[in-house]
Amino acid sequence: MAKPPSSASTMYSSPTYTQGSRPSSSSNPSFAGAGLRVPTNRKTIYDRNLNRSRNAELSRASFAFLFMEMVTYAQKKIKSVSDFEKKLNEQGYPLGMKLLDLLLYRSSPAGSSSSSSTPAARPLRILPLLSLINNKLYTLLFSRPADSLEQDTADPSKYMIIDNTPLTNTYISVPKEMSQLSVAAFIAGIIEGVCDGAGFQCKVSAHNQGTDVWPNRTVFLVAFESEVMEREKELERQGVK
Amino acid sequence: MPVFALLVISKAGSLIYHRTLPTSTSASTSSSGSQPATGTLGLPGTTSLTTNDYLVLAGTFHGVHAITKNVTPKFLANSASSSDHPPAPTTNGVTGKASSFRYPIPDAPVTGIESLESSFFKLTVFQSLTGTKFLLFTDPSMPNTDGLIRGIYDRFADHVCKNPFWHIDNPIRLDGWERALNQFLFRR
Repeated sequence: MAKPPSSASTMYSSPTYTQGSRPSSSSNPSFAGAGLRVPTNRKTIYDRNLNRSRNAELSRASFAFLFMEMVTYAQKKIKSVSDFEKKLNEQGYPLGMKLLDLLLYRSSPAGSSSSSSTPAARPLRILPLLSLINNKLYTLLFSRPADSLEQDTADPSKYMIIDNTPLTNTYISVPKEMSQLSVAAFIAGIIEGVCDGAGFQCKVSAHNQGTDVWPNRTVFLVAFESEVMEREKELERQGVK
Repeated sequence: MPVFALLVISKAGSLIYHRTLPTSTSASTSSSGSQPATGTLGLPGTTSLTTNDYLVLAGTFHGVHAITKNVTPKFLANSASSSDHPPAPTTNGVTGKASSFRYPIPDAPVTGIESLESSFFKLTVFQSLTGTKFLLFTDPSMPNTDGLIRGIYDRFADHVCKNPFWHIDNPIRLDGWERALNQFLFRR
């Protein structure tokens, strides 16, 4: 760690132009600090346009292998099935927080490439939030909307998002002794992150309800906290959409 | 369905999956009284094999496959008569002559037995790069067994290899794999 402090500060400061250094046109990576490789023009991933990866696609097999390792990693550390789901949930949670911001940024005129989009309002009520998840979030992640959205008749604070073929479950068959586990707990974590980020505290869990046609059909149960329901009532009363 | 059975053998030679598929006549019980039990490898009219028999079969086949890989005939490189029949294995370079021997296609890797045909069945063998062997027993008139076995290998790579609960060379007991096989083999 015998680096002079000036080079360490260039690593973390905004990439424009400390010490009079101009970014060069080449992007050869060079060692700017202890292990973090930064291209010579000092542009990191944070400087990329957020819309650059808008239509990017990822190979399904890469995701499947990565997810398989995540499951194996979780399996080594847990003792019970509910811990397992909690671990996967925790891995998806930060994704949800960031995806919410990305989604809203991309639909605002500042972020979108088309000029005709109206500014997206942050969802203030439960139904707009859930439609955001069903449509926009799902389309961003899986290129298709979720299959349906239902409200529990017995308990109005519980909603159910249904997915017939969650991507996490396509290649994974859970053994019999862990049959209550659904690896879609990862997606449940993403949904929970989105809801919490939007200010609607909740708990999301994934339940496997396979049918003959859709053996991997999963129900994501979204259970909102009582404070959220009270606020809903108040907003309803005031007529806020 | 002209596909009789599928066996999967691990790299070490142990049987990790076997499945006999019912032949089409046994599916419809309304036909004439004879119930052809799916016997040896699904061929009607033969005695059925126990699981132990399948294990022995797999182990034997593994050995045979390795042997055939080593006795793959070579051609006499200088001779002009290397047309249809390669020389018998007994003349494999034991004579001490200066001529060299080479494989028919020098660049292709040497493999073991790839197919075996009889008047009752046709066996197609596919060995993956990692040494896992897939044996497919079909009707001798069945075309495109290569395409079939490729499809099976694809589904193996999907539903078995991407499953965190299956470790390499373990017996395969996975619902997703069975479902995918059913869809693939019965849908055609």
